[in-house]
Amino acid sequence: MEKHYTNSQVKGVSTGTTILAATFDGGVVIGSDSRASIGGEYVSSKTINKVIQVHDRIFCCIAGSLADAQAVTKAAKFHLAFHSVQMETPPLVISAASVLKELCYKNKDELQAGFITAGWDRKKGAQVYVVSLGGMLVRQPITIGGSGSTYIYGYVDAKYKPDMSRDECLQFALNALSLAMGRDNVSGGVANLAVITEEGVEHVVVPGDKLPRFHDE
Amino acid sequence: MATLTVSRPPFSGFSFDNCKRNALLEAEANKVGCGLPAARKTGTTICGLVYKDGVILGADTRATEGMVVADKNCSKIHYISPNIYCCGAGTAADTEMTTQIISSNLELHALSTGRLPRVATANRMLKQMLFRYQGYIGAALVLGGVDCNGPHLYSIYPHGSTDKLPYVTMGSGSLAAMAVFEDRYKPDMEEDEAKQMVRDAIAAGIFNDLGSGSNIDLCVITKGKVDYIRPHDEANKKGVRTGDYKYKRGTTGVLTKMVTPLALEVVEETIQTMDTS
Repeated sequence: MEKHYTNSQVKGVSTGTTILAATFDGGVVIGSDSRASIGGEYVSSKTINKVIQVHDRIFCCIAGSLADAQAVTKAAKFHLAFHSVQMETPPLVISAASVLKELCYKNKDELQAGFITAGWDRKKGAQVYVVSLGGMLVRQPITIGGSGSTYIYGYVDAKYKPDMSRDECLQFALNALSLAMGRDNVSGGVANLAVITEEGVEHVVVPGDKLPRFHDE
Repeated sequence: MATLTVSRPPFSGFSFDNCKRNALLEAEANKVGCGLPAARKTGTTICGLVYKDGVILGADTRATEGMVVADKNCSKIHYISPNIYCCGAGTAADTEMTTQIISSNLELHALSTGRLPRVATANRMLKQMLFRYQGYIGAALVLGGVDCNGPHLYSIYPHGSTDKLPYVTMGSGSLAAMAVFEDRYKPDMEEDEAKQMVRDAIAAGIFNDLGSGSNIDLCVITKGKVDYIRPHDEANKKGVRTGDYKYKRGTTGVLTKMVTPLALEVVEETIQTMDTS
């Protein structure tokens, strides 16, 4: 049995995580697990919230060093609030993603954090953007991230369809998170999801024992 | 943006001012054949928990320097403001200075706002400072207090990440203490049950972790009152010597005795008063 190398070149508390965001017909589902670990050996928190609201209809999920992610999202939240006051209109999802991208790219040598930004705006509707470690910004209909995401690429590729209904998409996201949490040691806890549509935001929290189970559990 | 909080001007990045001096001192020390003293770590068990009326913080009292106990009764629960206290694990100097800096900044801030400081404010100040130093300040803190929004408890890691939780443990004995909490914690406990649990958690750290030891300090913070109990429990009392190595008079026989008085006279007497005002 090969030794699984801890992905932690991250110093301090890492979110070692599973995060995902998927668009459906009329909105977007964004979700994550809730575990924070130190060195891949100790769970420092079982209940951290990695789905962070940066504006009314824009959320982002964090992965990587918890300290870096918290600092960057706090700065991004401030920038976006200021930007939306200046523009006198709610910010675009791509603006939120760009703010994160600027912070990640300009400080790429010091930071170790990646983000998935998802939300709804009037111009382009439901969108999902991913800002990777070095500061690349890409729009995708569905994206997964974090250490646990490697275990569900196959599932996501096979099961995702672009125009699902809200409930189908929610179930798909829950299934994907459960499968990843089941296989990755640094992902776990509860599943935190948010469903963002034009009407509003709905938070869904599924505790560990209510997660969907599969054949071997 | 003008601020009233000035203890050191915020500049970005790590300050390398002392590195050249340290390198010089190290070279000098090595020339005479000894090394620089190692930073003293507190190798500690600290914990906190939220109960019905407020927050209880607990800590052990051993400070270690390598494998030797440097201080058998050091105080690890630091004052931040009248309603907020902070336990510190990691490098002793870092926790001491960091909490003092934030305490004085918070006092200035409270004078500026005219309100009792909030725990979230102390948390923000601490995390922003620790993040700025990118983990080089080795301070792992448990911050607790009661403010206008109720009791709050935060754990703050050296790299600057924070968690807001109902119960937290930190330090080398944190795993032993967390085991006690995970087993017995319930929300809205009574004060006596909560104090007993914090005491047991620290005791678990003291007896199962080599870096923690001596006594248990407790700090009970409620709305309007702080009970700093030091020590709450003397878990390790120094033993009483059972034998006496003094010899009784007469054990050694006296053969001869000769007394010679020395005639001394006082030559000069001066009095110098010290200004003790």
